[in-house]
Amino acid sequence: MNNITNVSRRGFLQGVLSTGAFVLSVRLVPEVLWAADAPSGSRADQSALHPSVYLGVDNDGTVYIVAHRSEMGTTSRTSLPLVLAEELDADWSRVRVQQAIGDPRYGSQDTDGSHSIRDFYQPMREAGASARLMLVRAAAQQWGVPEAECVTEPHLVVHKATGKKAGFGELAAAAAQLPVPKKDELKFKPPSAWRYVGKGHGSYDLEDICTGKAKFGMDARIDGMVYASIEHPPVLGAKVKSFDDKAPLQVKGVSQTIVIDTFTPPHHFQPLGGIAVIADNTWSAMKGRKRLKAVWDNGPHAVYNSAEFKKELQATARKPGKAARNQGDVDAVFVQGGKVIEAEYYTPHLAHASMEPPVALADYRDGKVEVWASTQNPQAVQETLAQKLGIPKEAVTCHVPLLGGGFGRKSKPDYCAEAAILSKKVGRPVKVVWSREDDIRFDYYHTVSAMYMKAALGADGLPTAWLQRSVFPSIGSTFDVNGTAAGAGELQQGWTDLPFNVPNLRAENSGAAAHVRIGWLRSVANIYHAFAAQSFADECAHAAGRDSLEYLLALVGPARIIDVKKSAPDYPNYGGSLEDYPIDTARYRHVIELAAEKSGWGKQKLGKGQGMGIAVHRSFLTYVATVVQVEVSDQGELRIPRVDTAVDAGLVINPEATRNQFEGAAVFGTSLARFGEITATNGVVDQSNFDTYPVSRMNEAPYQTNVYIVQSSAPPAGVGEPGVPPFAPALCNAIFAATGKRVRELPLSRIKLA
Amino acid sequence: MIQLKVNGVQRSFDGEPDMPLLWYLRDLLALTGTKFGCGMALCGACTVHQNGKAIRSCITTMQRAAGSEIRTIEDLSSNGLHPVQKSWMEVNVPQCGYCQSGQIMQAASLLKEKQKPTDEDIDDVMSGNICRCGTYQRIRAAIKAAAGERA
Repeated sequence: MNNITNVSRRGFLQGVLSTGAFVLSVRLVPEVLWAADAPSGSRADQSALHPSVYLGVDNDGTVYIVAHRSEMGTTSRTSLPLVLAEELDADWSRVRVQQAIGDPRYGSQDTDGSHSIRDFYQPMREAGASARLMLVRAAAQQWGVPEAECVTEPHLVVHKATGKKAGFGELAAAAAQLPVPKKDELKFKPPSAWRYVGKGHGSYDLEDICTGKAKFGMDARIDGMVYASIEHPPVLGAKVKSFDDKAPLQVKGVSQTIVIDTFTPPHHFQPLGGIAVIADNTWSAMKGRKRLKAVWDNGPHAVYNSAEFKKELQATARKPGKAARNQGDVDAVFVQGGKVIEAEYYTPHLAHASMEPPVALADYRDGKVEVWASTQNPQAVQETLAQKLGIPKEAVTCHVPLLGGGFGRKSKPDYCAEAAILSKKVGRPVKVVWSREDDIRFDYYHTVSAMYMKAALGADGLPTAWLQRSVFPSIGSTFDVNGTAAGAGELQQGWTDLPFNVPNLRAENSGAAAHVRIGWLRSVANIYHAFAAQSFADECAHAAGRDSLEYLLALVGPARIIDVKKSAPDYPNYGGSLEDYPIDTARYRHVIELAAEKSGWGKQKLGKGQGMGIAVHRSFLTYVATVVQVEVSDQGELRIPRVDTAVDAGLVINPEATRNQFEGAAVFGTSLARFGEITATNGVVDQSNFDTYPVSRMNEAPYQTNVYIVQSSAPPAGVGEPGVPPFAPALCNAIFAATGKRVRELPLSRIKLA
Repeated sequence: MIQLKVNGVQRSFDGEPDMPLLWYLRDLLALTGTKFGCGMALCGACTVHQNGKAIRSCITTMQRAAGSEIRTIEDLSSNGLHPVQKSWMEVNVPQCGYCQSGQIMQAASLLKEKQKPTDEDIDDVMSGNICRCGTYQRIRAAIKAAAGERA
């Protein structure tokens, strides 16, 4: 018999998902401690970002720290609590990290854009420092000594003169009676006293991951649940005309089929629609689905053919577009003639292909729904489900287990809505499991793009005019049926922020229609913009007969702050202020010089078929320079023996985790440069699994990636994404150095290198 | 009725014999440490040991698992952590961690067969296991560390 082991709902929650702990943290945080810090009219803006619901101290001294951002491998679930523990002066071994459910009182939980640390470093410090000050005050009152004479050691308040000591747990109840300190009363530790910040710590989940105990969204189970596999419309927006479910229903374990309506445009985060096969285990649902016969009305997007679309994009890129940044007069320089070079670049759609496909478990009952989902954005889950089910968003409880990768895909909760809709219809909890084929064929794809570049070179070989045009279907198309124009958020990413010291400079863009869902993918528009700009910089260096490194430094020019708003008024700077996060060419120069020096640029004798390439890029407010070394065999086989990456991300909380991110970014960059390509024929995506959409394997990835982190006290910036953009151009510049072949289109798998 | 041993426990199964072992482990036995990644033996996330050898449970049917001894990540080591698990932690291999059960099971199998694997051995055996986060360099270092030669 099928011996189904019941993992009880209660056990699952307590062991893994911590609603118990969430309640616990509220109970253990003395009410008064946080009451004054709750969102209020007068401090609404500020409070939304740091509601100080992040911390609880138990009477036994256990410190509960709430991780409110999703953990998908960047280690923010460890690094942010570490910041709080630092200012609390907690002993990390006595800290329990508890994952938050989706709730606006934590501030933004949308874990993308590489801003977990950037936005929550300060709120975490304040939460920790507030609690520490209250514990110190409680001890000083008990001992009748001046507060100023009391200090903390890990998990203790100490009065040195009398030798008195008290643990945080002993003091928690008394501290709870005290008023919350005002912000200006808070004292932060000097960096010299830091135990965790800048030193870091391994992932809180490390042992659980290595022993198979860690619970991912894919692992969620509750009593009475059934499983669903969904046959999605083959073309975006297609509708079910008819279907035959006789064969699926004959599969043992399959109980029913359910039609999910195709979305009304714009698709936003809505389910695609389709036919769900419900069964008592995942395999039966998948097997039943394969036997389903469906006829579709494919609709307008069946016209999408990638080969033709590419030509359209390229034709558009050759024509003037809308200037997103303009300084000087490029046209006036170009009409003068002289040495003018032009080049066109192209990058295809990409799929995210996180190792865990989209998955969600939902339990709808009595107008409420509880969801366990691999999601980067639990509040978007609440909003989307509320809309689709016609219930208030407070009626949606979203638990966030670990994510088996996200890369931007899991910011969009369409699959969570599928689970909720199905649970309501079935009357039981439903777990929707996307197959790998679903994941690759029905993604929110990284967009396809064409770039046109033109430069006039002066007597010294440096550009006197630089024109760049990009054309791509915008992410805006996901939210607006007429959203063909690129947004400032996309154009800031490596286009309007170009740091080159060129007197006449114009960055243009033209819109394009979208025929598949377009979304964010790790570093987003930076990927294609950096590919074009950094490859073209290398082309200019070659045309000028100058060394790539020396030329790149000259192109960036002297140390200065670029007043980008003058020529690109809409430039958003990733939401950071230009005072805190200026575009600083000194930092560009520093990472270039550091990566070059460490790589041995110009000092190594390279053999036949060997070459080094360099690229620099600032994204998510972090400066990264990458040197890639390649070997290309006579047969055209590519090897990447070494990568050197220098990173200036401002203050780095967790250097080890940061190194891991940049090592991983080199592999991610390798995947997209070598293999990444999604195409469509008559609106149907051609790729479906890792055979047709390969990603880098160990033997194809860089052998050694060295990461150098610049010591900095500048405000912290992003580390999850910024390693990706400079990689592909540095790789292709290295291939040019090794072979003389200039790569202007990705992926490399389409190009013969020999 | 299919008989097999899973992590030392005798089990019987009378479901569809074409059900992949992966889904039996995950859905029926709640051994969720073994992951689903591709369903086609292309990524290695589902790697378990069958009679001591690494196999892809996503394409191994229950019929083919019949009569064998299966070991999953949950029971890789009967006393404490396996040397591979220890070195994985020392080297801080995981990022998201989803593929790491499969990586660890594959690496443990490699080290059983080759106590001092060369880079080429490691490439040959580990290139069947995809890590989308890109932790390959640390996986290689951890395997070498577990083999006793500090990378």
